[in-house]
Amino acid sequence: MDSIALSRQQLDGDHMIVNLGPSHPTTHGTLRIILELEGETILKATPEMGYLHRGVEKLGENLSYQQFIPLTDRLNYCSSIMNNVGYTCAVEKLLGIEIPKRAQQIRVLVSELARIADHIVCVGVNAVDIGAFTAFLYLFKQRETVYDLFEMAAGQRLHTSFTRIGGLFRDLPEGFVPLCERFLVECEASVDECERLLTHNPIWHDRTKGIGAISAEDAVNYGYTGPCLRAAGVPQDLRKAQPYLGYETYDFDIPVGTTGDVFDRYLVRIEEMRQSLRIIRQVLDRLEPGPVNVDDPKIALPSKEKVYTRMESLIHHFKLIMHGMEMPVGEVYSATEAANGELGFYIVSDGGKNPYRIRVRPPCLPIFSSFHDQVKGCLIADAVAVLGAMNIIAGELDR
Amino acid sequence: MIIEHIDAQLPGAVTDRHDFRGDQTIVVAKASFLPLVDLLHREGFQFLVDITAVDWPERPNAEGGAAAGRFDVVYHWLNLASQERLRVKVPVADGETMPTLTGHFKTADWFEREVFDLFGIRFDGHPNLKRLLTWDDFPGHALRKDFPLDGGDPFCMEGCTAPYNNGERARG
Repeated sequence: MDSIALSRQQLDGDHMIVNLGPSHPTTHGTLRIILELEGETILKATPEMGYLHRGVEKLGENLSYQQFIPLTDRLNYCSSIMNNVGYTCAVEKLLGIEIPKRAQQIRVLVSELARIADHIVCVGVNAVDIGAFTAFLYLFKQRETVYDLFEMAAGQRLHTSFTRIGGLFRDLPEGFVPLCERFLVECEASVDECERLLTHNPIWHDRTKGIGAISAEDAVNYGYTGPCLRAAGVPQDLRKAQPYLGYETYDFDIPVGTTGDVFDRYLVRIEEMRQSLRIIRQVLDRLEPGPVNVDDPKIALPSKEKVYTRMESLIHHFKLIMHGMEMPVGEVYSATEAANGELGFYIVSDGGKNPYRIRVRPPCLPIFSSFHDQVKGCLIADAVAVLGAMNIIAGELDR
Repeated sequence: MIIEHIDAQLPGAVTDRHDFRGDQTIVVAKASFLPLVDLLHREGFQFLVDITAVDWPERPNAEGGAAAGRFDVVYHWLNLASQERLRVKVPVADGETMPTLTGHFKTADWFEREVFDLFGIRFDGHPNLKRLLTWDDFPGHALRKDFPLDGGDPFCMEGCTAPYNNGERARG
């Protein structure tokens, strides 16, 4: 009565094959990791991905520039507004236009809100995976508020599609700023609470310190970006290094770790939330009235009011919807600092209505490619901690 | 600035260049690609941001000695010290291979697998050139322009005009 599993085990000696995923509470989306174990020690980890591959890049070649925006929502669905911002910045770079001041400020505002929401998910869920459930609850209350704010601004909680090429879908509604002010105070307190629960918690230390440590050279070689790279000691943040949307005018710091382990990544994310709150405070202080879309009927749709009452606007509306924008021929790569790291869009235009080629450079794909090196020789429980701290979002990984 | 260095140290390597919206782009032939990568690595371009490809099915294969081909393999580098970015494009013909960069940059591993998966460009010397996003028996390469948008019934593997894994079945 030899079962297949037994003969497999005999073949491999004492090695055992364990599947983590595709459907597992700690895999953060649908991805599969084949672990080869000796006892409980990991000898080899083979990530298998593509379960969420939707062919976003292929679809983008067959959609107009504006129509691609909803697809960017589904990349990193924990902070979809940042993907909207990253994509529209890339198209605006291709067009060579600059958006109005107020639109820039609002983009910064919602991006930083999204960064906080994303870090809350990452830190909270990482803690839950390791067994610290309470921090998750305290932080998720704040995440709810962020989604309430997104709902006010964009009408959607998760898939926001808030930006448009040349500006925004609409201006911030009344009541947004007061709620945001309240959020700033409450979130600060929640982050402090979370820190009190975790930062000096000996169990948290035991589970996270020294796990997934990586040197700065290796991190760069693997193409790490974002909090994971900064935790390894490389102060690379595109908001400072290659500022966009006026980030150079805001006052904020870049937290940097030393060892790159799970604990440092946690500390970096916590501090980044505080810095994001600082940026939001500055945006609210300087938010100036004005238009939120470029004044160019060949790029931004005219307001509905004008479309219904003026001939010229109706024609512009028709031309934009039916024929799209007049795009220059050329190629651009535009990168923004998303919550996970450098989110890049490489767009090749042949002058047509649709992009000739659109490439999304997801931040978590290079990070995830180091998974085997990160967990080799560790225990299964450590693999779960590392996976959480990498903040793999399968929608972005598989595209 | 880096382009002057390249011109000085590898004269004639750059076959074309342009500077659109502040993005520096150079086109090099496959033969001078590896020396260029060594040079870039020495000059501080140690962050390989991205590898991808663009399909130009109408472009003729190699016209009169000039480097050309169906695909452009596109590399993006970043210099962390000077924050300078550089895009390197290498034209390759259909069926032609590229040298792997996995020796220099570990991040090249999965990016090259993805390019192989979606475009069918092989990378010489890659330690594990398997499909990354689609499954091993997937017919064709999804981001080629001649691959149908609806997937061409990949489950039955009929009606698909794209070549089936370059005529060979995946191993393993």
